[in-house]
Amino acid sequence: MERKSVKRLLTVLVTLVLVTSLVMGCSSGSQTQQGQEEHKKIGLVISTLNNPFFVTLRDGAQQKANELGYELIVLDSQNDSSKEYSNVQDILQQGISLLLINPVDSDAVANAVKLANDAKIPVITLDRGANGGEVVTHIASDNVAGGKMAGEYIVQQLNGKGKVVQLEGIPGASSARDRGKGFLEAIEGTEIELVASQPADFDRTKGMTVMQNILQAQPEIDAIFAQNDEMALGAIQAIESAGRQGIMVVGFDAIDDALQAIKDGKMAATVAQQPDRIGSLGVEYADKVLKGEDVPTYVPVDLKLITKDNVDTMD
Amino acid sequence: MEQTKKRDWSAFLRGMQSVIGLLGLCVVLSLLSPRFLRWGNILNVLTQTSLNAVMAIGMTFVILTGGIDLSVGSVLAFSGMITAGMIRSGFNVWIAVIAGLAVGTALGFVNGLSVTKGKVPPFIATLAMMTMARGATLVYSNGQPKSNLGKAFGFLGQGRILSIPVPVIILLLVFIISYYILGQTSTGRYIYATGSNEKAAKLSGIKTDNIKLLVYAISGFTAALTGMVVTSMLDSASPNAGTGAELDAIAAVVLGGTSLSGGQGSVVGTIIGALIIGVLNNGLNLLNVSSYYQQLIKGVVILVAVLIDRRKR
Repeated sequence: MERKSVKRLLTVLVTLVLVTSLVMGCSSGSQTQQGQEEHKKIGLVISTLNNPFFVTLRDGAQQKANELGYELIVLDSQNDSSKEYSNVQDILQQGISLLLINPVDSDAVANAVKLANDAKIPVITLDRGANGGEVVTHIASDNVAGGKMAGEYIVQQLNGKGKVVQLEGIPGASSARDRGKGFLEAIEGTEIELVASQPADFDRTKGMTVMQNILQAQPEIDAIFAQNDEMALGAIQAIESAGRQGIMVVGFDAIDDALQAIKDGKMAATVAQQPDRIGSLGVEYADKVLKGEDVPTYVPVDLKLITKDNVDTMD
Repeated sequence: MEQTKKRDWSAFLRGMQSVIGLLGLCVVLSLLSPRFLRWGNILNVLTQTSLNAVMAIGMTFVILTGGIDLSVGSVLAFSGMITAGMIRSGFNVWIAVIAGLAVGTALGFVNGLSVTKGKVPPFIATLAMMTMARGATLVYSNGQPKSNLGKAFGFLGQGRILSIPVPVIILLLVFIISYYILGQTSTGRYIYATGSNEKAAKLSGIKTDNIKLLVYAISGFTAALTGMVVTSMLDSASPNAGTGAELDAIAAVVLGGTSLSGGQGSVVGTIIGALIIGVLNNGLNLLNVSSYYQQLIKGVVILVAVLIDRRKR
């Protein structure tokens, strides 16, 4: 009996060692190199790394951090505000000099920002803002301008007349609100009719199912504006499987799959946010803040309309 | 005499397996990261763990009867949203909290009714509740978060008593009460009896339906309680709160050695299980392990722990 339990204990220990070595292996990339210990650390708590947009944002930040000689610590909130809160708790333990945060939700992030405020760590928000706590600066695309850009393109392509559908992002997310606002501004006063506008939560699968329903209900659709590319690509799937023709799809974000779809002629246009710019500007402004320079409270990042004509310039 | 002593010792070791695992994990992490054992970090781990642990304790009651509750994440979101909504429309904080807890308990009770009176398998009954409660949350909130809930409510998630975070104190209370119910009362014995052999339990006069109603209501209550704490901690009730939380709760129960077929297990194990998950989350963050690997590692740990547990039986 005793020998057996010793054996079991050994199994537990071996497992632990295995897990540990796995951990060591995985974390080795992030360890500071010898002799460069004095690198200042910047924390980045990002809403999700399960979405190419934010992975690109992270990459942009990482590149700038390497360039400017900072160590960047990245934690993933997996689109969960309470995970985000624990991530901020954890990252504050790591001796960071500044916190870059890309919130899951602008409201729910406020208390996490306050944690950093209490620890006297300056905070910069990326892509989504924070409705509470003190933030040094907010770096984001001008989403209203982007929505307007997409709307104006649709108006121009349809010669100011037709039926359009809008696929909305996560209800309440500021990016969804702003893109929708810009889009509506653009089609206002034209003979373009918004026949359906429904949320599909920035998600490809939901984009597809929501679009399937809309296709059932609307016999006549000339164009779709999806507030992000994931939903646009889902909508294209729905349109293809329903065998409908002549529907122009305009997305937002210019992710790789969308650019490919534009090259293939399946999608008309997308509005390019520049997530890598958001990330690199984040670190650039972090550097300015840490050097005591004054920074504006909002740093808008340019957007760009991508169509078949200029899609090859992206990559 | 000698023989029994030896047997006790080995049984003790077996019972302590998850504790040893937890301690081993802590030792390894403190060697790898000097920040792990800081007081501030320990409080962080305890606070982070308390959310999952409270819910997992309720889940333990259900699993002990051989059931499962998949609705806890959605019940968490719904009761949090109800409470936040009531506070926003001017209700007294206490009334709002009690209402939120009552709603959660009622949803749990409905789960119990489907399982007992409706003869719906627990997996299906609570899966339906998971979808309904999430839908109800979205309908009630119109997909928008409800925020700025005031200082008084903030105490539940952010407050401290004698420098111990309130969520940790709530966990302690829930733990003590559950430990007492399961270990010292006839209700506790009936819960184990229902799980290990329902027919025999029925024949010996235990009203197993009532026991089941009770455990699902308890699970609803603890989910709602977690909803209160999360909402207070973030000062915001999000319609997407607690998505996937049921899986963390079940993982904690299983890591703690409670058998999914019912009748065997304890809330002590569940706390240890929740701590293993919490320590792992925190430690991997401190070690700066990519979130992709984090999920992989957590999955491996759960699988290995259950495999070891299997061989034991």
